[in-house]
Amino acid sequence: MAEVEETLKRIQSHKGVIATMVINAEGIPVRTNLDNSTTVQYAGLLHQLTTKARSTVRDLDPQNDLTFLRIRSKKHEIMVAPDKEYLLIVVQNPCE
Amino acid sequence: MEITYTYTRKRSEFGRHCNFTDWPARVTVDIPPDPSMADNFIPQDPVDVAIQHSYDMSEHEVNTERLRTESRGVNHTEGGWPRDINPQEPEQTTRFRKKLEKEENYINTIVHLGSLMEHCVRQNNTVNIYEEYFGEEETAEVEDEPPSAKIINTIRDPNVPKRTAARISWQPGTSGKLAVAYCSLEFQPNVEDMSLDSYIWDLVKPNKPELTLKPSSPLVSLEYNPKDSYVLLGGCYNGQMAYWDTRKGKLPVEVSTVEVSHRDPVYGALWLQSKTGTDCFSASTDGQVLWWDIRKLSEPTETLVLDVTRKGLLENALGAVSLEFEPTLPTKFMVGTEQGIVIAGNRKAKSPLEKIAGTYSGHLGPIYALSRNPLYPKIFLTVGDWTARIWSEEAKESSIMWTKYHLSYLTDGCWSTVRPAVFFTTRSDGTLDVWDFLFKQKDPSLSLKVCNEPLSSLRLQDTGRVVACGSKVGTVTLLEISSGLCTLQKNEKNMVNAMFERETKREKILEARHRELRLKERGKPEGPEAVPERAAVEDPQEVLERVRKEFFEEIEAEMRRKTRAETQDLHGKDKELLGEEAAAHEIQLPEEEGMEEKEEEKKEEEEEKEEEKKEEKEEEKKEEKEEEKKEEKEEEKKEEEKKEKKEEEKKEEEEGEKKEEKEGEKKEEEEEKKEEKEEEKKEELKEDTDAAKPKERDRAGQLVVAAGSSQEGDTEQSHMSPTC
Repeated sequence: MAEVEETLKRIQSHKGVIATMVINAEGIPVRTNLDNSTTVQYAGLLHQLTTKARSTVRDLDPQNDLTFLRIRSKKHEIMVAPDKEYLLIVVQNPCE
Repeated sequence: MEITYTYTRKRSEFGRHCNFTDWPARVTVDIPPDPSMADNFIPQDPVDVAIQHSYDMSEHEVNTERLRTESRGVNHTEGGWPRDINPQEPEQTTRFRKKLEKEENYINTIVHLGSLMEHCVRQNNTVNIYEEYFGEEETAEVEDEPPSAKIINTIRDPNVPKRTAARISWQPGTSGKLAVAYCSLEFQPNVEDMSLDSYIWDLVKPNKPELTLKPSSPLVSLEYNPKDSYVLLGGCYNGQMAYWDTRKGKLPVEVSTVEVSHRDPVYGALWLQSKTGTDCFSASTDGQVLWWDIRKLSEPTETLVLDVTRKGLLENALGAVSLEFEPTLPTKFMVGTEQGIVIAGNRKAKSPLEKIAGTYSGHLGPIYALSRNPLYPKIFLTVGDWTARIWSEEAKESSIMWTKYHLSYLTDGCWSTVRPAVFFTTRSDGTLDVWDFLFKQKDPSLSLKVCNEPLSSLRLQDTGRVVACGSKVGTVTLLEISSGLCTLQKNEKNMVNAMFERETKREKILEARHRELRLKERGKPEGPEAVPERAAVEDPQEVLERVRKEFFEEIEAEMRRKTRAETQDLHGKDKELLGEEAAAHEIQLPEEEGMEEKEEEKKEEEEEKEEEKKEEKEEEKKEEKEEEKKEEKEEEKKEEEKKEKKEEEKKEEEEGEKKEEKEGEKKEEEEEKKEEKEEEKKEELKEDTDAAKPKERDRAGQLVVAAGSSQEGDTEQSHMSPTC
């Protein structure tokens, strides 16, 4: 429990990190430091995208698997670390 | 001849399938050439064959059906929660989350993912792998692109009898909505089936208006409140003022009473700078400017009559067609009138008559647009007649810069919101001009034919990137202009400022000079007045005579100069013929006396004669060139000279006579002297003539000339006789 808090806090303390959130397999936000509506939006959309990305990688090579998803955008970078049960999403502004 | 081929088949086999087989080629009919038939043909050589060497063109029309799009939305609700948990209940969801966070799996996963994520975050903070090293050079290239504009959207008036898009207003803050006032501004429009509505358009959905504004009379002006983007101010065709709140629907919230409103269409309606954001003012062709508070539209808060004589008489007032207000100069306003005069006003003046601070006149027709430069509010732009003019507040007598006179009327104009050196004008031939006077002063840097109908209104979006042009048939065209025209150039502000200052200074110097000249004229009014008086007395006939005389004098001088050299050669020869000439002169005299009576008639005929003579002279000149014999040439020239001299003398005489009549007998002596001189001259000339005459009669073409010239001599003599 404390370990989790510590990890998330450490990530949040890095330069340029705007948001961290944890989403479960159903797309429910478990932990977030943003407001609910934004988190729900992120959760819904990124969950779908990650599922799609994972299936794409697996379809190309069944032995392969998605380990990380980085989305570079004009304003910031959205990083998604997927696992079987949970997704960790971090939004960072790398230019800062 | 016919080629027949028959095949037979039993009746019972009719309708049976044919059984085709392959067959080697064989001759069915053979017609040998018949040479006798060749006689029936007539060979034709050459043969005319028409061949057109050009591309075959064909006209096709394709009418594409208009695609109507509609936006629809689907509402998603939050999901994924277990059945027994209601996502709307915060207690249940937090409890569920707490439960999840205690799970062993969750802890392990997050710790694992956390380390992975941290690595990436650190990576991002260490190296920017997407850094662009050569970005700057690319932007430099972009600046050099030629100015251009592209149409990004067209919005049409949905009604069938099309009305003019009289005014466009962009919604402040957002860049996707604009309100357009539609109104037919023609004289006595057919109003029966004309719609009164104006619309607010959302550019995302250009097919259907977002909101329909339903006034009681068509709107001529429409303006969004800069402070409250839901409130719109409208000026009606019948002079009423109204305002809308888009949250409250299509009908106006309040309308001014007819009795206190304008009596003509409200061509200008603008919001003022105030704390409440409810103050506005309006101007109309009835010559009034009225101030309003939309909370109480029953009567205007202030009134101003646009009488430049400052007497406040409505019958002397100038009709306003445009209005200007700049929030940075809250006490000032300007009105453009139908008479081409800009009236600068000061709202905070002590008495209502002092509200008219000054006037600027320079346009020949109504001023359709009036706007201050957003960066240099002392500089303003007017659009009227065929020109757009830029004025400085300091130079009252004339504009500091102006465009050339266009072939078509200018209808509207405005400054760029971003660049101080750029302004836009619309023309009645459907062209949009973009002027950049740092780049080009004489011509627009971009001229774009937007539509075939006259453009009526123009409005720039706040970003300065999108221009909306309304046309006479209610089409609003949205154009996106190239980035060069809507991004501030390096050093532009300084250059524009310097230019404005220089031009203002020039105008001021010219003004001072004019004033000086006027003062001088006032100082000595008698000198210049004396001359025009005499000129005024002069009879048109006299003027004609004088002008004619001057003309011939000039010609003669020219001729004399040409012929001088040649004449000198023949001089000795002429003298020998003197005796003969004198005799001829005496013989002519009796005829001349008879002519005296016809003097008046002759004067009338003179014009015709002189024309004839001119022609003759021209003929002679031509002939001169043709003729190679030197002698003949010389003689002719002398003849001409003689004629001209005689004419001149005659005129001088006539003039002399007139002068005598006018000025009395003082100049008699002088006249006599002149006449003596003239006679001497004449004698010399006669020598020339007589030498010329016999030879000229040899040629039939010259006879007329000789006769004409002798008559000339007669008239002259007749004039001479009374004075002698």
